[in-house]
Amino acid sequence: MPSLKDLKNRIESVKSTRKITKAMQMVAAAKLRRAQESAEASRPYAERFNAVMAGLAASVGGSDSAPKLLRGTGSDDVHLLVVMTAERGLCGGFNSNIAKLARQKAEELRGKGKTVKVLTVGKKGRDALKRDLGDLFVGHVDLSEVKRIGYANAQDIAKDILSRFDGAEFDVATIFYSKFVNVVTQIPTAQQIIPASFEDDAAGDDSGAIFDYEPSEEAILADLLPKGVATAIFSALLENGASEQGARMSAMDNATRNAGEMIDKLTIQFNRSRQAVITNELIEIISGAEAL
Amino acid sequence: MANTMQFDLVSPERSLASLEATAVQLPGADGDMTAMPDHAPTITTLRPGLLKVEAPAGASEYLVTGGFAQINGDGLSVLAEKAIPVAEVTRSHLDDLIAEARASHEVAKAGDDQSIVDDAAKLLADMEALGTHMSL
Repeated sequence: MPSLKDLKNRIESVKSTRKITKAMQMVAAAKLRRAQESAEASRPYAERFNAVMAGLAASVGGSDSAPKLLRGTGSDDVHLLVVMTAERGLCGGFNSNIAKLARQKAEELRGKGKTVKVLTVGKKGRDALKRDLGDLFVGHVDLSEVKRIGYANAQDIAKDILSRFDGAEFDVATIFYSKFVNVVTQIPTAQQIIPASFEDDAAGDDSGAIFDYEPSEEAILADLLPKGVATAIFSALLENGASEQGARMSAMDNATRNAGEMIDKLTIQFNRSRQAVITNELIEIISGAEAL
Repeated sequence: MANTMQFDLVSPERSLASLEATAVQLPGADGDMTAMPDHAPTITTLRPGLLKVEAPAGASEYLVTGGFAQINGDGLSVLAEKAIPVAEVTRSHLDDLIAEARASHEVAKAGDDQSIVDDAAKLLADMEALGTHMSL
Protein backbone atom coordinates (compact mmCIF):
# COMPACT_ATOMS: atom_id res chain seq x y z
CA MET A 1 0.00 0.00 0.00
CA PRO A 2 1.67 3.23 -1.13
CA SER A 3 1.75 6.05 1.38
CA LEU A 4 -0.25 9.24 0.94
CA LYS A 5 2.89 11.12 -0.05
CA ASP A 6 3.80 8.54 -2.68
CA LEU A 7 0.35 8.77 -4.20
CA LYS A 8 0.49 12.53 -4.25
CA ASN A 9 3.85 12.48 -6.05
CA ARG A 10 2.56 9.93 -8.50
CA ILE A 11 -0.47 12.08 -9.33
CA GLU A 12 1.72 15.11 -9.84
CA SER A 13 4.02 13.26 -12.20
CA VAL A 14 1.16 11.85 -14.29
CA LYS A 15 -0.31 15.33 -14.44
CA SER A 16 2.87 16.77 -15.88
CA THR A 17 3.06 13.89 -18.38
CA ARG A 18 -0.46 14.77 -19.44
CA LYS A 19 0.55 18.37 -19.94
CA ILE A 20 3.43 17.30 -22.18
CA THR A 21 1.37 14.91 -24.31
CA LYS A 22 -1.37 17.51 -24.62
CA ALA A 23 1.16 20.07 -25.82
CA MET A 24 2.67 17.59 -28.27
CA GLN A 25 -0.79 16.84 -29.61
CA MET A 26 -1.48 20.50 -30.22
CA VAL A 27 1.89 21.06 -31.87
CA ALA A 28 1.29 18.02 -34.09
CA ALA A 29 -2.15 19.38 -35.03
CA ALA A 30 -0.63 22.69 -36.11
CA LYS A 31 2.16 20.96 -38.02
CA LEU A 32 -0.31 18.58 -39.59
CA ARG A 33 -2.26 21.45 -41.07
CA ARG A 34 0.90 22.89 -42.59
CA ALA A 35 2.02 19.50 -43.87
CA GLN A 36 -1.36 18.88 -45.44
CA GLU A 37 -1.28 22.27 -47.11
CA SER A 38 2.09 21.62 -48.71
CA ALA A 39 1.00 18.13 -49.73
CA GLU A 40 -2.03 19.63 -51.42
CA ALA A 41 -0.01 22.41 -53.04
CA SER A 42 2.27 19.86 -54.65
CA ARG A 43 -0.55 17.78 -56.06
CA PRO A 44 -1.27 19.78 -59.27
CA TYR A 45 2.34 19.42 -60.37
CA ALA A 46 2.49 15.70 -59.69
CA GLU A 47 -0.83 15.06 -61.41
CA ARG A 48 0.03 16.96 -64.57
CA PHE A 49 3.48 15.50 -64.62
CA ASN A 50 2.15 11.97 -64.41
CA ALA A 51 -0.46 12.68 -67.07
CA VAL A 52 2.20 13.86 -69.51
CA MET A 53 4.54 11.03 -68.62
CA ALA A 54 1.81 8.44 -69.01
CA GLY A 55 1.14 9.72 -72.52
CA LEU A 56 4.81 9.76 -73.41
CA ALA A 57 5.53 6.40 -71.86
CA ALA A 58 2.64 4.83 -73.72
CA SER A 59 3.90 6.05 -77.09
CA VAL A 60 7.63 5.41 -76.58
CA GLY A 61 7.62 2.75 -73.89
CA GLY A 62 7.42 -0.30 -76.11
CA SER A 63 10.37 0.49 -78.31
CA ASP A 64 13.94 -0.63 -77.63
CA SER A 65 15.17 2.96 -77.74
CA ALA A 66 13.25 3.81 -74.58
CA PRO A 67 15.49 5.06 -71.77
CA LYS A 68 16.67 2.57 -69.18
CA LEU A 69 14.78 4.37 -66.44
CA LEU A 70 11.53 3.42 -68.14
CA ARG A 71 12.44 0.08 -69.67
CA GLY A 72 14.53 -1.26 -66.83
CA THR A 73 17.93 -2.88 -67.12
CA GLY A 74 16.51 -6.11 -68.40
CA SER A 75 16.92 -7.99 -65.16
CA ASP A 76 15.50 -7.66 -61.68
CA ASP A 77 18.19 -9.31 -59.59
CA VAL A 78 19.20 -6.40 -57.42
CA HIS A 79 16.53 -4.46 -55.59
CA LEU A 80 17.02 -1.15 -53.85
CA LEU A 81 14.53 -0.45 -51.08
CA VAL A 82 14.29 3.20 -50.15
CA VAL A 83 12.70 3.29 -46.71
CA MET A 84 11.38 6.71 -45.80
CA THR A 85 10.45 7.29 -42.18
CA ALA A 86 10.42 10.09 -39.65
CA GLU A 87 13.33 11.54 -37.74
CA ARG A 88 11.46 11.43 -34.46
CA GLY A 89 9.53 8.85 -32.54
CA LEU A 90 6.43 9.16 -30.34
CA CYS A 91 4.12 8.92 -33.31
CA GLY A 92 2.34 5.63 -32.70
CA GLY A 93 2.87 2.88 -35.21
CA PHE A 94 3.95 5.22 -37.99
CA ASN A 95 7.63 4.27 -38.19
CA SER A 96 7.23 0.63 -37.29
CA ASN A 97 4.48 0.11 -39.88
CA ILE A 98 6.72 1.35 -42.67
CA ALA A 99 9.64 -0.67 -41.35
CA LYS A 100 7.44 -3.76 -41.14
CA LEU A 101 6.35 -3.43 -44.74
CA ALA A 102 9.94 -2.96 -45.88
CA ARG A 103 11.08 -5.95 -43.84
CA GLN A 104 8.37 -8.14 -45.35
CA LYS A 105 9.33 -7.08 -48.85
CA ALA A 106 13.01 -7.68 -48.16
CA GLU A 107 12.30 -11.17 -46.82
CA GLU A 108 10.11 -11.95 -49.79
CA LEU A 109 12.77 -10.80 -52.27
CA ARG A 110 15.53 -12.64 -50.46
CA GLY A 111 13.37 -15.75 -50.46
CA LYS A 112 13.31 -15.51 -54.24
CA GLY A 113 17.09 -15.31 -54.34
CA LYS A 114 17.31 -11.60 -55.21
CA THR A 115 19.91 -9.27 -53.81
CA VAL A 116 18.46 -6.56 -51.61
CA LYS A 117 20.01 -3.20 -50.79
CA VAL A 118 18.49 -0.72 -48.40
CA LEU A 119 18.69 3.06 -48.42
CA THR A 120 17.13 4.69 -45.41
CA VAL A 121 15.72 8.19 -45.19
CA GLY A 122 15.02 9.25 -41.63
CA LYS A 123 16.66 8.03 -38.46
CA LYS A 124 13.82 5.97 -37.05
CA GLY A 125 13.59 3.63 -40.00
CA ARG A 126 17.31 3.07 -39.82
CA ASP A 127 17.10 2.17 -36.15
CA ALA A 128 14.15 -0.14 -36.69
CA LEU A 129 15.78 -2.06 -39.53
CA LYS A 130 19.32 -2.12 -38.21
CA ARG A 131 18.98 -5.46 -36.48
CA ASP A 132 17.42 -7.44 -39.34
CA LEU A 133 18.74 -5.71 -42.42
CA GLY A 134 21.73 -3.81 -41.08
CA ASP A 135 24.21 -5.57 -43.34
CA LEU A 136 22.18 -4.57 -46.41
CA PHE A 137 22.37 -0.81 -45.78
CA VAL A 138 24.04 1.08 -48.59
CA GLY A 139 23.32 4.59 -47.43
CA HIS A 140 21.35 6.91 -45.24
CA VAL A 141 19.82 10.33 -45.80
CA ASP A 142 19.56 12.50 -42.73
CA LEU A 143 16.74 15.03 -42.74
CA SER A 144 16.85 15.91 -39.04
CA GLU A 145 18.23 19.36 -39.80
CA VAL A 146 15.50 20.10 -42.32
CA LYS A 147 12.71 22.22 -40.90
CA ARG A 148 10.49 22.22 -43.92
CA ILE A 149 10.77 19.63 -46.67
CA GLY A 150 11.50 21.32 -49.98
CA TYR A 151 11.80 20.06 -53.51
CA ALA A 152 15.57 20.45 -53.20
CA ASN A 153 15.64 17.69 -50.55
CA ALA A 154 13.81 15.35 -52.90
CA GLN A 155 16.19 16.29 -55.71
CA ASP A 156 19.19 15.40 -53.57
CA ILE A 157 17.77 11.99 -52.73
CA ALA A 158 16.82 11.42 -56.37
CA LYS A 159 20.33 12.39 -57.47
CA ASP A 160 21.81 9.88 -55.05
CA ILE A 161 19.52 7.12 -56.29
CA LEU A 162 20.08 7.96 -59.96
CA SER A 163 23.85 7.96 -59.63
CA ARG A 164 23.62 4.53 -58.05
CA PHE A 165 21.41 3.43 -60.92
CA ASP A 166 23.88 4.78 -63.48
CA GLY A 167 26.60 2.94 -61.63
CA ALA A 168 24.57 -0.27 -62.16
CA GLU A 169 24.26 -0.84 -58.43
CA PHE A 170 20.67 -2.02 -58.70
CA ASP A 171 17.93 -2.89 -61.20
CA VAL A 172 14.72 -2.03 -59.42
CA ALA A 173 14.05 0.71 -56.88
CA THR A 174 11.05 0.81 -54.59
CA ILE A 175 10.18 3.55 -52.13
CA PHE A 176 8.40 2.86 -48.85
CA TYR A 177 6.36 5.58 -47.23
CA SER A 178 3.05 6.14 -45.55
CA LYS A 179 0.12 7.49 -47.48
CA PHE A 180 -1.95 10.01 -45.57
CA VAL A 181 -5.67 9.24 -45.60
CA ASN A 182 -6.81 11.03 -42.46
CA VAL A 183 -5.67 11.62 -38.92
CA VAL A 184 -6.37 8.08 -37.77
CA THR A 185 -5.53 6.25 -41.00
CA GLN A 186 -2.16 6.16 -42.71
CA ILE A 187 -1.41 3.39 -45.15
CA PRO A 188 2.17 2.13 -45.46
CA THR A 189 2.81 1.97 -49.18
CA ALA A 190 5.44 0.52 -51.47
CA GLN A 191 5.85 2.23 -54.83
CA GLN A 192 8.21 1.20 -57.58
CA ILE A 193 10.00 4.21 -59.05
CA ILE A 194 12.65 2.59 -61.25
CA PRO A 195 11.77 1.34 -63.82
CA ALA A 196 9.08 3.99 -63.80
CA SER A 197 5.45 3.13 -64.17
CA PHE A 198 2.76 5.71 -64.66
CA GLU A 199 -0.92 5.30 -64.15
CA ASP A 200 -2.80 5.74 -67.35
CA ASP A 201 -6.08 6.93 -65.89
CA ALA A 202 -4.66 10.44 -65.43
CA ALA A 203 -4.08 10.71 -69.17
CA GLY A 204 -7.79 10.34 -69.86
CA ASP A 205 -8.51 14.06 -70.14
CA ASP A 206 -6.00 14.51 -72.95
CA SER A 207 -7.34 11.69 -75.07
CA GLY A 208 -7.71 12.57 -78.71
CA ALA A 209 -5.09 15.31 -78.70
CA ILE A 210 -2.00 14.40 -80.66
CA PHE A 211 0.95 16.37 -79.41
CA ASP A 212 3.91 17.79 -81.24
CA TYR A 213 7.06 17.15 -79.30
CA GLU A 214 9.94 19.58 -79.14
CA PRO A 215 12.67 18.32 -79.24
CA SER A 216 11.81 14.64 -79.86
CA GLU A 217 9.67 12.34 -77.73
CA GLU A 218 12.75 10.38 -76.71
CA ALA A 219 14.68 13.51 -75.73
CA ILE A 220 11.82 14.81 -73.64
CA LEU A 221 11.38 11.45 -71.98
CA ALA A 222 15.10 11.23 -71.21
CA ASP A 223 14.93 14.71 -69.71
CA LEU A 224 11.80 14.12 -67.69
CA LEU A 225 12.34 10.63 -66.28
CA PRO A 226 14.96 11.73 -63.72
CA LYS A 227 12.58 14.52 -62.73
CA GLY A 228 9.87 11.90 -62.36
CA VAL A 229 11.99 10.15 -59.74
CA ALA A 230 12.42 13.42 -57.85
CA THR A 231 8.71 14.19 -58.13
CA ALA A 232 7.73 10.75 -56.81
CA ILE A 233 10.12 11.12 -53.90
CA PHE A 234 8.91 14.63 -53.18
CA SER A 235 5.26 13.56 -53.02
CA ALA A 236 6.24 10.61 -50.85
CA LEU A 237 8.15 12.89 -48.47
CA LEU A 238 5.18 15.21 -48.17
CA GLU A 239 2.72 12.36 -47.66
CA ASN A 240 5.07 11.00 -45.03
CA GLY A 241 5.26 14.39 -43.34
CA ALA A 242 1.49 14.64 -43.09
CA SER A 243 1.18 11.01 -41.98
CA GLU A 244 3.79 11.44 -39.28
CA GLN A 245 2.01 14.42 -37.77
CA GLY A 246 -1.36 12.69 -38.08
CA ALA A 247 -0.04 9.58 -36.38
CA ARG A 248 1.60 11.64 -33.65
CA MET A 249 -1.58 13.60 -33.10
CA SER A 250 -3.71 10.52 -32.53
CA ALA A 251 -0.99 8.80 -30.47
CA MET A 252 -0.68 11.85 -28.23
CA ASP A 253 -4.46 12.17 -28.00
CA ASN A 254 -4.57 8.59 -26.72
CA ALA A 255 -1.75 9.25 -24.31
CA THR A 256 -3.48 12.34 -22.95
CA ARG A 257 -6.68 10.39 -22.41
CA ASN A 258 -4.85 7.53 -20.71
CA ALA A 259 -3.08 9.97 -18.42
CA GLY A 260 -6.46 11.49 -17.52
CA GLU A 261 -7.85 8.06 -16.63
CA MET A 262 -4.77 7.28 -14.59
CA ILE A 263 -5.13 10.55 -12.69
CA ASP A 264 -8.77 9.77 -11.88
CA LYS A 265 -7.86 6.30 -10.66
CA LEU A 266 -4.99 7.55 -8.53
CA THR A 267 -7.10 10.37 -7.10
CA ILE A 268 -9.76 7.88 -5.97
CA GLN A 269 -7.08 5.71 -4.39
CA PHE A 270 -5.58 8.78 -2.73
CA ASN A 271 -8.95 9.85 -1.27
CA ARG A 272 -9.72 6.34 -0.01
CA SER A 273 -6.39 6.05 1.78
CA ARG A 274 -6.83 9.52 3.25
CA GLN A 275 -10.25 8.53 4.60
CA ALA A 276 -8.80 5.28 5.94
CA VAL A 277 -6.12 7.22 7.76
CA ILE A 278 -8.70 9.59 9.29
CA THR A 279 -10.97 6.72 10.30
CA ASN A 280 -8.03 4.96 11.89
CA GLU A 281 -7.11 8.05 13.89
CA LEU A 282 -10.74 8.43 15.08
CA ILE A 283 -10.87 4.81 16.16
CA GLU A 284 -7.66 5.24 18.08
CA ILE A 285 -8.98 8.37 19.85
CA ILE A 286 -12.33 6.78 20.68
CA SER A 287 -10.86 3.53 21.95
CA GLY A 288 -8.34 5.55 23.93
CA ALA A 289 -11.16 7.57 25.53
CA GLU A 290 -13.19 4.41 26.28
CA ALA A 291 -10.23 2.78 28.04
CA LEU A 292 -10.15 5.60 30.61
CA MET B 1 -11.88 31.87 -81.88
CA ALA B 2 -11.30 32.24 -78.24
CA ASN B 3 -9.27 35.30 -77.25
CA THR B 4 -7.81 33.82 -74.13
CA MET B 5 -6.66 30.46 -72.90
CA GLN B 6 -6.19 28.95 -69.49
CA PHE B 7 -2.60 29.38 -68.31
CA ASP B 8 -1.24 27.46 -65.35
CA LEU B 9 2.23 27.77 -63.92
CA VAL B 10 3.01 25.15 -61.31
CA SER B 11 6.18 24.23 -59.48
CA PRO B 12 6.55 21.09 -57.36
CA GLU B 13 6.01 23.07 -54.19
CA ARG B 14 3.07 25.21 -55.14
CA SER B 15 0.92 26.55 -57.92
CA LEU B 16 2.20 30.00 -58.92
CA ALA B 17 -0.32 31.24 -61.40
CA SER B 18 -3.61 30.19 -62.87
CA LEU B 19 -5.23 32.76 -65.12
CA GLU B 20 -6.64 33.55 -68.52
CA ALA B 21 -3.86 34.66 -70.87
CA THR B 22 -3.82 35.95 -74.44
CA ALA B 23 -0.25 34.96 -75.22
CA VAL B 24 2.62 33.27 -73.41
CA GLN B 25 6.22 33.39 -74.52
CA LEU B 26 8.17 30.30 -73.52
CA PRO B 27 11.91 29.61 -73.43
CA GLY B 28 11.65 26.30 -75.29
CA ALA B 29 14.59 23.93 -75.48
CA ASP B 30 14.73 24.42 -79.26
CA GLY B 31 14.24 28.18 -79.07
CA ASP B 32 11.70 30.63 -77.77
CA MET B 33 8.12 30.17 -78.83
CA THR B 34 4.93 32.03 -78.23
CA ALA B 35 1.75 30.14 -77.51
CA MET B 36 -1.56 31.76 -78.28
CA PRO B 37 -5.09 30.36 -78.05
CA ASP B 38 -5.72 27.43 -80.41
CA HIS B 39 -2.06 26.63 -80.70
CA ALA B 40 -1.36 23.13 -82.00
CA PRO B 41 -1.04 20.64 -79.12
CA THR B 42 2.63 20.60 -78.20
CA ILE B 43 4.85 19.37 -75.42
CA THR B 44 8.23 21.00 -75.10
CA THR B 45 10.98 21.02 -72.55
CA LEU B 46 12.18 24.39 -71.30
CA ARG B 47 15.61 25.80 -70.86
CA PRO B 48 16.25 28.29 -68.06
CA GLY B 49 14.96 31.67 -69.09
CA LEU B 50 12.13 34.15 -68.93
CA LEU B 51 8.52 33.28 -69.33
CA LYS B 52 6.33 36.19 -70.44
CA VAL B 53 2.62 36.10 -69.92
CA GLU B 54 0.25 38.54 -71.54
CA ALA B 55 -3.18 38.62 -70.04
CA PRO B 56 -6.12 41.02 -70.20
CA ALA B 57 -5.38 41.79 -66.56
CA GLY B 58 -1.82 42.81 -67.38
CA ALA B 59 1.49 41.26 -68.33
CA SER B 60 3.76 39.35 -65.98
CA GLU B 61 7.14 37.70 -66.20
CA TYR B 62 8.65 34.72 -64.45
CA LEU B 63 12.14 33.32 -64.26
CA VAL B 64 11.98 29.55 -64.82
CA THR B 65 14.81 27.08 -64.48
CA GLY B 66 13.89 24.23 -66.75
CA GLY B 67 10.86 22.01 -66.74
CA PHE B 68 8.36 21.53 -69.50
CA ALA B 69 5.23 23.00 -71.03
CA GLN B 70 2.16 21.29 -72.30
CA ILE B 71 0.01 23.16 -74.79
CA ASN B 72 -3.33 21.78 -75.77
CA GLY B 73 -6.31 23.26 -77.54
CA ASP B 74 -7.76 25.21 -74.65
CA GLY B 75 -4.84 25.90 -72.39
CA LEU B 76 -1.23 25.87 -71.48
CA SER B 77 0.39 24.34 -68.43
CA VAL B 78 3.96 25.07 -67.53
CA LEU B 79 5.59 22.70 -65.06
CA ALA B 80 8.72 24.43 -63.92
CA GLU B 81 11.32 23.02 -61.56
CA LYS B 82 11.63 26.42 -60.01
CA ALA B 83 9.76 29.57 -60.97
CA ILE B 84 10.12 33.04 -59.47
CA PRO B 85 8.17 36.17 -60.44
CA VAL B 86 10.69 38.50 -62.07
CA ALA B 87 9.91 41.28 -59.62
CA GLU B 88 11.14 39.04 -56.80
CA VAL B 89 14.33 37.89 -58.52
CA THR B 90 17.43 39.29 -56.92
CA ARG B 91 21.06 39.17 -57.86
CA SER B 92 21.64 36.44 -55.28
CA HIS B 93 19.03 34.19 -56.92
CA LEU B 94 20.85 34.60 -60.17
CA ASP B 95 24.24 34.09 -58.59
CA ASP B 96 23.00 30.78 -57.19
CA LEU B 97 21.83 29.73 -60.62
CA ILE B 98 25.09 30.78 -62.24
CA ALA B 99 27.09 28.96 -59.58
CA GLU B 100 25.00 25.85 -60.19
CA ALA B 101 25.48 26.10 -63.95
CA ARG B 102 29.20 26.63 -63.50
CA ALA B 103 29.47 23.62 -61.21
CA SER B 104 27.72 21.37 -63.71
CA HIS B 105 29.95 22.77 -66.44
CA GLU B 106 33.03 21.81 -64.41
CA VAL B 107 31.64 18.34 -63.82
CA ALA B 108 30.88 17.99 -67.53
CA LYS B 109 34.38 19.09 -68.50
CA ALA B 110 35.80 16.30 -66.35
CA GLY B 111 33.80 13.77 -68.38
CA ASP B 112 34.50 12.94 -72.01
CA ASP B 113 31.08 13.58 -73.57
CA GLN B 114 31.52 16.75 -75.63
CA SER B 115 27.79 17.37 -76.13
CA ILE B 116 27.23 17.56 -72.37
CA VAL B 117 30.10 20.03 -72.03
CA ASP B 118 28.57 22.17 -74.77
CA ASP B 119 25.15 22.02 -73.13
CA ALA B 120 26.58 23.06 -69.80
CA ALA B 121 28.57 25.88 -71.36
CA LYS B 122 25.46 27.12 -73.13
CA LEU B 123 23.47 26.99 -69.91
CA LEU B 124 26.14 29.03 -68.19
CA ALA B 125 26.16 31.60 -70.97
CA ASP B 126 22.34 31.73 -70.90
CA MET B 127 22.39 32.43 -67.19
CA GLU B 128 24.87 35.23 -67.51
CA ALA B 129 23.01 36.78 -70.42
CA LEU B 130 19.85 36.62 -68.38
CA GLY B 131 21.42 38.71 -65.66
CA THR B 132 22.46 41.38 -68.15
CA HIS B 133 19.04 41.29 -69.73
CA MET B 134 17.34 41.89 -66.44
CA SER B 135 19.94 44.56 -65.56
CA LEU B 136 20.78 43.05 -62.21
